[in-house]
Amino acid sequence: MLQDLQAQFLGSTIGGLVAGSIYALIALGYTMVYGVLRLINFAHSEIFMIGTVTSLFVLITIAGGTAPITLGVFGMIAVLLLIIIASAAVSGGAAVLLEQVAYRPLRKKGATRLAALISAIGASLFLQELFGLEIIEWITDKSGRVQQNAPRFIPHEELFHIGNGVVRTDHVFVVVGAVIMMIGLDQLVSRTRIGRGIRATAQDPEAAVLMGVSIDKIVRLTFLLGGAMAGVAAALYVMEYENTDYRIGFLLGIKAFTAAVLGGIGNLRGALLGGIVLGLVENWSSIFFGSAWKDVTAFVVLVLVLMFRPTGILGESLQRARA
Amino acid sequence: MKGNEEVAEKSPENGKPTRAGFHPVDGMRDWWARAPHWQRYGVYIALIIGALILPAPAIGSFMSPESDWTTVLIFPVGVYILLAIGLNIVVGHAGMLDLGFVAFFAIGAYTLAVMGTLHGWGFWGTLVLGIFLAAMSGVILGAPTLRLRGDYLAIVTLGFGEIVRITATNTDAIGGARGITNIPHPEPMFGTEFLLDPAPYYYLILAAIVIAIIFSVRLHKSRVGRAWAAIREDEDAAELMGVPTFKFKLLAFAIGAMLGGMAGVVYASKAVFIEPNNFPFILSATILAAVVLGGAGNLPGVMLGAFLVAWLPERFRFLSEYRILIFGGVLVLMMALRPEGLLPSRQRKAELHEGTGGMGAMGAEVAGPDSEASAEVTK
Repeated sequence: MLQDLQAQFLGSTIGGLVAGSIYALIALGYTMVYGVLRLINFAHSEIFMIGTVTSLFVLITIAGGTAPITLGVFGMIAVLLLIIIASAAVSGGAAVLLEQVAYRPLRKKGATRLAALISAIGASLFLQELFGLEIIEWITDKSGRVQQNAPRFIPHEELFHIGNGVVRTDHVFVVVGAVIMMIGLDQLVSRTRIGRGIRATAQDPEAAVLMGVSIDKIVRLTFLLGGAMAGVAAALYVMEYENTDYRIGFLLGIKAFTAAVLGGIGNLRGALLGGIVLGLVENWSSIFFGSAWKDVTAFVVLVLVLMFRPTGILGESLQRARA
Repeated sequence: MKGNEEVAEKSPENGKPTRAGFHPVDGMRDWWARAPHWQRYGVYIALIIGALILPAPAIGSFMSPESDWTTVLIFPVGVYILLAIGLNIVVGHAGMLDLGFVAFFAIGAYTLAVMGTLHGWGFWGTLVLGIFLAAMSGVILGAPTLRLRGDYLAIVTLGFGEIVRITATNTDAIGGARGITNIPHPEPMFGTEFLLDPAPYYYLILAAIVIAIIFSVRLHKSRVGRAWAAIREDEDAAELMGVPTFKFKLLAFAIGAMLGGMAGVVYASKAVFIEPNNFPFILSATILAAVVLGGAGNLPGVMLGAFLVAWLPERFRFLSEYRILIFGGVLVLMMALRPEGLLPSRQRKAELHEGTGGMGAMGAEVAGPDSEASAEVTK
């Protein structure tokens, strides 16, 4: 056991950081929507799924199939940027549409958050089935019910070793991409006028309205930003794991939400921390218990953390100034 | 299930002229509140007779032309109703959001499967054990987590549901991913064999539902029910007024779990074969949807919701693949049209219009000329 741990520790840590970066990016969407609306946007996982399908579509179009393609360094970065932009745009658009259709009517009626939750679950089912039945098949000419493979465009080359852990090209792309996006969002929320509007709404919607903030605009923007982040995560996911599935959102969505809660929902830096912690713990635990128990560990950690810190590691605070 | 429709149909007949602005549901409730004992018992008897003759082929040919009606009445209809009654205690009465309710259902089902196949236990003994184990797991989950409120509780319970499912998948001692076969049927009673004929199972689950209804109504009207209502309205205020909130929340959780466990045992006895995939998250979500769709907190509403959620996909089986897609769309639409549910409890409806209903309004809602609720913005 101890030898396993020694032999695999660094490798798992790297895998954990990669998975954690993706969780963290998806978690940003949950945390922003929760901060502003106090609502678990259960359909956010489907926004992520839509992003992966968009990335898959772009990649298949470029590569003309699912066979690996070889590109130069600039080619790789260009293709990566292309799928990130496409997938962020489509996911962001889908998130805005989702808000318009599934949440806005309820908000206008002053419905409970429980009703909104059911609406979210309904929307989630609808999107999942829509993609499983129609859209994926239309894009790939394969049944939408099976796992879809994406072409490899970034070679999984070993770059360097840290101890006995191997860092590959794709790992670097995922972590660097995720970190850039998260810093960008953090700066946007803490420094710009738009960010101030979001924070004000999160803190006190009524006072925000009196101060001239347009709630509808802010909510739409929150969904757009959160959706775009899920889109970026989706592009990175497709690049790293090279597959997708119409039900992929479920587990990743739950993990990301767990990450958001773990770090303190409503807190952007908390989402980052929660994502990384979750990814690391999961990967370390699979050394001990085998990868089949990975998901169980994730939830047990969640319960344990919430028992001692009921508002997550960093606490709730989209509104509190700079986080 | 059938009961609500019958009562709903009766309302125009009870001698009241239909006047402008007459609300059929509210009117019926007023009548019910004032009805003398013999009328109430008349309705009860009509409902029981209705439930007894429900599996009749004449009804079945309309209600379920594509699959065996009595089987549909057991699963999904009966099981969903039983689960919804249990979840309603947690969500509707005590105002706690539970997204992992299916775990208790699974624990009940696995109790019968394991005890029946490995240890040769009979149905009735296992029923008691299953209910006990489900209640215990409710307490074990609840004790550390009920300090959490609202959404945190939701995600923890969701996690619990997944933990139970994944554990069942990975534990070979209880069949692993392959599941357990040859689960024993209940022993014969009243001269009826429980074998392939679905009818006895229907009456079994009907009896379970009736017991669950009586239990739930009595609790709701008792001091416990008032304590739950107080917790749902305002937990802090309830605590300050001397309600031991933690105790009552745990009690609601355990009682909900008990009913879930009971549904599981009954389901497994009919199913003969269970596997971990019978207990996915989506089942929790569906039962929660049934509760909210029907009107959380109002028992007839909740049962109507569960009936519709279980029955409609069966009835429209010819839409085969598109059933779930349509179900999702209908959920969104229904919530947009009637966020308080089809038959909301009056008390909860009033709360919603005040904007202080249990779960609280969505954060960024600000009272405007076109909104009914003033917002609850702080939490």
